[in-house]
Amino acid sequence: MEIFLQQLINGVTLGSIYGLIAIGYTMVFGIIGMVNFAHGDVFMLSAFIALLLLLLLTQVLGLPAGLAFVPVLFGAMCLTALWNFVIERVAYRRLRGSFRLAPLISAIGMSTFLANFVTVTQGPNNKSIPPLLDHIIPLTTGGAYDVTLSYKQILIVVVTAILLAAFWFVVQKTSLGRAQRACEQDAKMASLLGVDVNRTIALTFVIGAALAAVAGCLFLLQYGVVKSSDGFVPGVKAFTAAVLGGIGSLPGAVLGGLAIGLIETLWGQYFSSDYKDVAAFSILAITLIFMPSGLLGRPDVEKV
Amino acid sequence: MTAPRWIAEPLLRVDRLTMRFGGLVAVNDVSFSVGRGDVTALIGPNGAGKTTLFNCLTGFYKPTVGRIAFSQKGLQDDSRIEALTASSRRYSRDGGEDLFLLERMPDYEIARKAKVARTFQNIRLFAGMSALENLIVAQHVALTPASGYGLFGLLGLPIYRRAEQAAVAKAQRWLERIGLRDRADDPAGALPYGDQRRLEIARAMCAEPSLLCLDEPAAGLNGHESAELAQLLREIRDIDCASILLIEHDMSVVMAISDHIVVLDYGQKIADGAPEQVREDPAVIAAYLGVEEAEADAVESALGMEEQK
Repeated sequence: MEIFLQQLINGVTLGSIYGLIAIGYTMVFGIIGMVNFAHGDVFMLSAFIALLLLLLLTQVLGLPAGLAFVPVLFGAMCLTALWNFVIERVAYRRLRGSFRLAPLISAIGMSTFLANFVTVTQGPNNKSIPPLLDHIIPLTTGGAYDVTLSYKQILIVVVTAILLAAFWFVVQKTSLGRAQRACEQDAKMASLLGVDVNRTIALTFVIGAALAAVAGCLFLLQYGVVKSSDGFVPGVKAFTAAVLGGIGSLPGAVLGGLAIGLIETLWGQYFSSDYKDVAAFSILAITLIFMPSGLLGRPDVEKV
Repeated sequence: MTAPRWIAEPLLRVDRLTMRFGGLVAVNDVSFSVGRGDVTALIGPNGAGKTTLFNCLTGFYKPTVGRIAFSQKGLQDDSRIEALTASSRRYSRDGGEDLFLLERMPDYEIARKAKVARTFQNIRLFAGMSALENLIVAQHVALTPASGYGLFGLLGLPIYRRAEQAAVAKAQRWLERIGLRDRADDPAGALPYGDQRRLEIARAMCAEPSLLCLDEPAAGLNGHESAELAQLLREIRDIDCASILLIEHDMSVVMAISDHIVVLDYGQKIADGAPEQVREDPAVIAAYLGVEEAEADAVESALGMEEQK
């Protein structure tokens, strides 16, 4: 029981990170119908940006690590957003009128480029940060196994929840969000009503990257290490989360992220950690057989 | 008799417009003007080139040849049009008088700057958004600066809240006018067909256009709904002071509300005038309106045709 509780906490933490990345996939897919394969690498890149910023602030400027966290987070969000803005501009915008596979291939190319760019500039090995925020709260004591909740885990879940709430508000209640939803449904018509479609799409990439950067910072905080190949697997998992939740649906992306995180940690605990990825993808396959549009996706109903 | 408004006070002037698709000439050397404050109907049999002409006006197509001059205040001064045509500019705003050459402008610029709004033959509402939201999206241009691209909205600044409230109030006024107040929060796609048609027109009007282009707004409506539509269009002309250009096959609607009718057939203009004139024009009757069996002989003899039986 204690172990289950502990894995539940770990699963929710991991799931929060997946959820944040998954939003970037689901939003981009919603608005231009493209799977942005480079998104996982944007996440990895953001973790490196955070790492460099943190080292700069703590080692060079001598700030205490606790104080550095907020500027690191903010700086990583801005710089990653800028990266993704440029990526959209260079690699996707020109291909928008082209056949459907063209931007997809371009995204795969961009993914390879980012992974290799970081490998070349930072080396292929793990880069680590000094441990931060190591306090833990014991939830149970005296049993065979002590359940603990770390400050990091609390921070990850709280930051995720706050950002999701803010982001949900933007999409549902502001004119930017309305423009985004209008472009999702009929970009040509939105443009005729005066919505600048290109700018709306660019902003979607910027927001997706900013959320991925938050995920990157939290990932770095939780695990303390990052390497250039770390974009791929979390990227695929987050994409899986987006599909599981129903691609195009924002709450679906978060729900999918939590589901994948929980499946992974619980399977790893009770069965075999070698097969935890297999378990996550199998659940995806089974879910899609019975719910083809995912957990919260709207089914395409054709009116005849 | 004074000159009709489309000659005395035109808002839009199409000069010698031709649109070719490869070997097919969809619109052939058509010229006409639209009077400010008029309801102008563009009619003609299927395939006459009406929608192609619309697509040229709203920037979907770039015409092969021809000029489309537009000014919200009315095209009074020919020399200005000529001067702008000779330059390479798309529009001029000298002395507060806007003048646009629509054939040079991309579609979103026509919507945002020239303020020409359009609807399509098929309904293109944002089906998954509520009726109210559909009307607010149309006010995006006015709302974007105030929302600070979402940032001010997130912070809940008063400048954004006020702009938002104004947009919502305007949307609600329109919902009331088209009788959909109770269904404001329903997804647009769930509304009955006739309501969707009226909502589309209301959405176009929320952008405060000077010229409203409607492509077959009465298509698929029943008699009662057509009458409601005609009433709405008359109100838009009289209360909102927008000029309307519409393509329509439903002659009851056309005759009830039009001030001016332009008739196309096989890409060419065959008649242009007030409804009474056009209704009696034998070329129009023969080409389009269709005639009662008993009148057919009279029409044919008027056109100098031999009855072939």
